[in-house]
Amino acid sequence: MATLSRTPSATAPTPSPAGPPRRVGFSQRLSRWDVKVSPYLYISPFFILFAITGLFPLAYTAFVSVHEWNLLGGQGDFVGLANYADVLAQPTFWRSLVNTFSIFVFSAFPQLALALLIAALLDQNLRSATFWRMGVLVPYVVAPVAVSMIFGRLFADQYGLINELLGLVGLDPIAWHGDRVASHVAIASIVNYRWTGYNALILLAAMQAVPRELYEAAVIDGASRVRQFFSVTVPQIRATVIFVVITATIGNLQIFDEVRMFDAQGLGGPSRNWMTTVLYLYDVAWGNQKNFGRAAAVAWMLFLLIVVIGALNYFLTRRISTSAPDRPARARRRRGGGTDDTAGATVSAVTRARPGAPPPGTSGAGHPPTVPIPPEER
Amino acid sequence: MNSVAVTAQTAGPGAARAAARRRARSGGVAQRPRWIVYVLLGLTLLISAFPLYFTLVLGSSTPEEIAQRAVPQWLPDLSLFDRFATVVGASEINFWLALLNSVVISVISAFSVVLFSTLAGFSFAKLRFRGRGPLLVFVIATMAVPTQLGVIPLYILMSDIGWIGQIQAVILPAIVNAFGVFWMTQYLSEALPYELIEAARVDGASMIRTFWSVALPTARPAAAMLGLFILVKEWTNFFWPSIVLNQSNPTLPLVIQSLQSNYFVDYSLVMGGVFLVTLPLLIIFVFVGRQLVAGIMAGAVKG
Repeated sequence: MATLSRTPSATAPTPSPAGPPRRVGFSQRLSRWDVKVSPYLYISPFFILFAITGLFPLAYTAFVSVHEWNLLGGQGDFVGLANYADVLAQPTFWRSLVNTFSIFVFSAFPQLALALLIAALLDQNLRSATFWRMGVLVPYVVAPVAVSMIFGRLFADQYGLINELLGLVGLDPIAWHGDRVASHVAIASIVNYRWTGYNALILLAAMQAVPRELYEAAVIDGASRVRQFFSVTVPQIRATVIFVVITATIGNLQIFDEVRMFDAQGLGGPSRNWMTTVLYLYDVAWGNQKNFGRAAAVAWMLFLLIVVIGALNYFLTRRISTSAPDRPARARRRRGGGTDDTAGATVSAVTRARPGAPPPGTSGAGHPPTVPIPPEER
Repeated sequence: MNSVAVTAQTAGPGAARAAARRRARSGGVAQRPRWIVYVLLGLTLLISAFPLYFTLVLGSSTPEEIAQRAVPQWLPDLSLFDRFATVVGASEINFWLALLNSVVISVISAFSVVLFSTLAGFSFAKLRFRGRGPLLVFVIATMAVPTQLGVIPLYILMSDIGWIGQIQAVILPAIVNAFGVFWMTQYLSEALPYELIEAARVDGASMIRTFWSVALPTARPAAAMLGLFILVKEWTNFFWPSIVLNQSNPTLPLVIQSLQSNYFVDYSLVMGGVFLVTLPLLIIFVFVGRQLVAGIMAGAVKG
């Protein structure tokens, strides 16, 4: 592998013969300077802009959180940890944390199961495979706020389609906006609508990297399709499953869009039944309290929570994937790019979730897709 | 000769096709799936499409009908276009301005993320410099950082420089992306041979010329996918724009919010508007869906 630090000498033998010696010296020095400085120059826009718009605000959140600070009044006195004490004493804060976790549980597991099923269906030798793959991805391009508006209507307490369907099979209508758990299920389904197909495609990519020999062996051993799925496919794509779960976790802890639009007031219902922590943060900062100090305390605590859970996930994952049998590299290479020639499948989901890989995460303000992503803002 | 063919099939550009052939040949594992698979997939697609269809149905009904039945009618009708006209023409909705803002924000973000990510990716993947390893680890670590939790200082910053209510406030935090850098680094380290860079250097190209004429063209497939993801992400972004913008200068997702606050009793208008807001990205999806699928399967990250 050539190193580029050698290239200045490579360019040296080709100076213009007519040029005066001093110019050669100058252009040579220029070229060396070019080689030395360029790498830093090229990465600097990212680092500078990311520092300004990403890291600095996060760090400064800690500063704001120990001051009295209002939307209108601006910075006030240093108050130490008083904002944290205030927030921790608010029942709504705790309620929002419980809601967040509850919605996470209701979305993560059904979503993973459905995504696995859809991926398994797509992993057949389908006619017009691209059509089906695009089809399951349609919800991804619908904005979460739009999905939330539509589902808010589908899950309407009166004359909502879901309740009508329940009536058809003889069940009582459910108070999707009144009952706390029911509202979490409805909101989780909003999240799932958008991200299930997306995750199915990630899992599909992993499934296609499973060496076909394993299935052939399973067939010879007389394994049924279902048995093949649970005994060959699932163990082989374990790393990717974990990756999907982690991104889902990080995203789901930051749910905002879905709950903001679930009713007309957008503050989590009359009893704050579906107020999530990020929505609570928004309400403290820009809603009734207009208290930046307290909101910053909420943000900082949520940040630490996410980091802790992310780290926990990461170490857990390392454990699980290092103890898992390693997939033969040969097979991965052979089938890895098998999905689409244009994919340039260099960063396969499998690769990203391998033991040595860093903890994946969402890149921030996008919703994390939650769910898995999520949230883009999730 | 035989060995050459095998090599080409297992590793070369024809690997996908060769694998498909192999699958097709080997009996039990690879025959065409049974009809039940298509039925289940069809059901999935129906569920995916139903909410959008539902907006059309409600958009064709009247509020009175919606208040009485879950599904007022089964097919959309032409009254839908009256709702569209109302939404587009309403002065408090600012639909066209929102569309313009969304286009400007998404396109600028997509281009700048692609440019800065490719620049940094080229540097990380192919150039040698001190601190390269730790800096790359730093980039990867920041992918897991929930930067949206920094909204309060970001708001204070925007307020100090007088950008509240202006779209620069949405663009600025979106012009770089840690995932983008990681993605381009991965791609370029495999797709761009050192020989090509050296050849350009020997020919006397400066570093920036090498980037522009060699790295950038090589990066095109990955850059296109990255750009699409950023486009979708910014187009559907709601949290930060809802904080820093307002109804007089909105983006499309904010239009949905103002539909709800202005017409929340008139669900036919709201749903007509929701469909209208969703439509542009659906149209784009028809043309680029294939690339999005490929990008996700190559390891894109959510969000």
